[in-house]
Amino acid sequence: MENSLAAEVLRSARKEAEQAEVFSVSSRAVPIQFEANELKQVQTKESSSTALRIFREGRIGFATAIGGGGLEALVDMAVETSQFGSSASFQFPSSRDYSEVHIFDPKVEAIAMERMVEIGKELIAKIRGHTPDILCDVQVTKGTSSVSLINSQGGEGRYDSSFFGLSLEGILVRDTDMLFVGDSASSCRFSDNIDDLADRVIWQLEMAKKKAAVSTKLLPIIFTPNGVASGLMSPLLLAFNGKSVFEGASPLKDKLGEQVFDKNLSLWDDATIAYGIGSYPFDDEGVSSQRLPLVTNGVVTNFLYDLQTAALAGTQSTGNGQRAGGGFPSPAISSLILSGGDVSFQAMVGDMKEGLIVEQVMGAEQGNILGGDFGGNVLLGYKVENGEIVGRVKDTMIAGNVYQVLKELFGIGQETRWVGGILQTPPLYCSRVSVATKGS
Amino acid sequence: MTKESRFRRAALFAFIRSKGYNRGMRDVIAEALKGHGADYIEIHFEESQATSIIYRGERLEEISRARNSGGNVRALVQGSWGFVSFNRLDGLRDKVALAVEEARLASRGPLKLFTMEPVVDKVVPQLKRDATTIPLATKKELLDSYNDIMLSSPKIQSSRINYRDAGRQSIFANSEGSYIEQAKTDLNLRLTAIAREDNEVQQAGLSLGSTGEFSAVEGLHEQAREIARRAAALLSAPQVKGGEYTVILDPVLAGVFAHEAFGHLSESDFVYQNENLQQVMVLGKRFGGNHLNIVDDPTIPNLRGSYKYDDEGTPTGKTYLIREGILEGRLHSRETAAKMGEKATGNARAINYLFPPIVRMSNTFIEPASASFEGMLGDIEEGVYVKDWYGGTTSLEMFTFSAGEAYMIRKGKLAELLRPVVLTGNVFTTLQNIDAIGNDLGMNEGGGCGKGGQFPLPVSNGSPHIRIRHCVIGGR
Repeated sequence: MENSLAAEVLRSARKEAEQAEVFSVSSRAVPIQFEANELKQVQTKESSSTALRIFREGRIGFATAIGGGGLEALVDMAVETSQFGSSASFQFPSSRDYSEVHIFDPKVEAIAMERMVEIGKELIAKIRGHTPDILCDVQVTKGTSSVSLINSQGGEGRYDSSFFGLSLEGILVRDTDMLFVGDSASSCRFSDNIDDLADRVIWQLEMAKKKAAVSTKLLPIIFTPNGVASGLMSPLLLAFNGKSVFEGASPLKDKLGEQVFDKNLSLWDDATIAYGIGSYPFDDEGVSSQRLPLVTNGVVTNFLYDLQTAALAGTQSTGNGQRAGGGFPSPAISSLILSGGDVSFQAMVGDMKEGLIVEQVMGAEQGNILGGDFGGNVLLGYKVENGEIVGRVKDTMIAGNVYQVLKELFGIGQETRWVGGILQTPPLYCSRVSVATKGS
Repeated sequence: MTKESRFRRAALFAFIRSKGYNRGMRDVIAEALKGHGADYIEIHFEESQATSIIYRGERLEEISRARNSGGNVRALVQGSWGFVSFNRLDGLRDKVALAVEEARLASRGPLKLFTMEPVVDKVVPQLKRDATTIPLATKKELLDSYNDIMLSSPKIQSSRINYRDAGRQSIFANSEGSYIEQAKTDLNLRLTAIAREDNEVQQAGLSLGSTGEFSAVEGLHEQAREIARRAAALLSAPQVKGGEYTVILDPVLAGVFAHEAFGHLSESDFVYQNENLQQVMVLGKRFGGNHLNIVDDPTIPNLRGSYKYDDEGTPTGKTYLIREGILEGRLHSRETAAKMGEKATGNARAINYLFPPIVRMSNTFIEPASASFEGMLGDIEEGVYVKDWYGGTTSLEMFTFSAGEAYMIRKGKLAELLRPVVLTGNVFTTLQNIDAIGNDLGMNEGGGCGKGGQFPLPVSNGSPHIRIRHCVIGGR
């Protein structure tokens, strides 16, 4: 939205409210989709939203106008909701100067759709060079977005960001046996390097060539970076969220300063990483971004806060107030970094007498994640016997609790990498996880 | 904002209240569609209004209202699609031209869509008490009363309430002459009670919805009390031992099973370009016993997945996916139907104008048979009765779904309450392993379905009680 319109909304809101804030995002994305190895659809998506938050008679009112309409009704809708809203416990920040965070690459905007099509074709060709009968769905996406924020306390800021992403999902069907492989890479910067992504998928295909049997018992598990993301992260995201902590639902609520995780495990949230897709100079409430340690050598050090939750909890916002789809701000991660360790992936595998490597867990967020439980179907995973990967496992479920599993690890991998552009993690070698399978 | 777009928005708003069609809009669209040399073009416009109320414990955390408007153009040229979504309605001709240009980038070869007669129609729902017209104060009072009940129950530390209602008015037009105005309302409520004792946290929930009738979310006080009791009881419940069991699924969870395990596999966009999968999903192949019938039916009145035309303007109908154990049909868009030489079923749906329609379910359920619940329990030596749901997901062949409530079955009797369990299996063997289907069909209207980044789509699913042999349950 043009700044003059935001200022106009702010002006009319101030006639009704003690404080007001207008947050606008407009973005344009071009996803190019390949389906079953062929170019299927090219899209151009424009979207914009303007959110108004007000304090009226001490209560918070909130309304959004998405797309082309509703701006004229914003103030009325916000006033209506403020009658029932929660009490405002904070002030909008008056910040105007923010340190620069590099999140815009002008090359992204300039890249032609034709070039994106070529990149997708190259990627598919490389995977099919290894496995000719695989069917690949590939998405090559570029995008830009502009964020602006202005509030009645003098706070003001704006920034542009760019996005370039590549993702591949391959399916191989033999009779009723289906194998799913895939990976993705994304950054604020343009890159036409397809090799890293292709090599990881080819490795998955190699490892899954043979099938292996596993029985129902407790086994050591190596979670690959993808496995960490799909299997272990959901409970942690919830537990470090200041809201869960404030209401007392987080198992970590009284654990600040305590050793909860393995002493070699460190985790932080970092919104300042150059070209990270989760990075920003200020959060969606105008609070400066930072690098925030969550776990240092196994000790819980911080939780994630937005303005309102921080005020209620008697602490400061950590610059993690974010709005999904331009909506109500809530604490959320920017980018999570799990520190690397000293064991190579090869050495972890070599150390295992019998165990699993878990690459993809399906449905891990379905259990009691508030209590730390994880569990689900091993969509892609391999059996290890006597230090060798012997093949892919099927019909297998894992179940455990992150606070037990991450309390003491057999090892933390050396090789860290980005998963989905917002989590950087090494492989984690866990001691004993429950494995259940058919026929035992 | 230009004057022109303001005017057009006002015009878009007006249609829903008027008796006739929006002539001005029809002309604008007809003009924009002319002379692009595409094989097919369609245009969507949409306007929606939503109210959302979220509680976290005793705090009303968020109460917000939103308006959303925009549209999209989709063009087909030589088998490839271009898609442009937009916020402003001005310059429509240029947007059509961009979508056509995008489609030309690929050009895979000729593609005919499933042939349809053009439709001109207008669909406006008749609601007794439309949730979108109920005052905020009434909504809040009702939700407060549920929250008070949950929070005042023993061992309950916190709660969650997510309430959302939304009205959506849309216009669909295509280059074949179809012009459809539709209005739809959707209502969704989830109540969750969170119990805590020492370091143990457990939760229990209730999820339901309607096509906008507010009465669907009224009078749930006893249920609110019940989920609070259950969450507290879970604190001292044991964890099931992981392994293979005979399980009985209640109608809610069996409905999720029908949706996750088989429904997604019936979505033809997974199948139509995959020859191997086509061989697996050959019509006429046996998938289960004679007692097994699975259908998808958007024509049933007043279910969340009900609608008259899908987002390609195709009139809907009842589709038997499995009839008497045999694969009989699948869900189609116009493209997948044409490619597979089958009939379009009216299952191409989009969550909003930012997305192109893809093949989705509507109301998916297992039809009732004759078994009684007691009869199913009767000969189970050791098994698990699973009820209610946290969620479910599928990778076509493999599914997992999680039960919010579970009990051991010992010697034909329901025994102790268990911690929530996750079930998994291979859909093909699991369907064969259904050995009893009950006579007590129940529909579940909670939650929403996600696919291809489009979430949540209003759907419903259902089933009677069913019994499955050899089902894997995860546990510690």
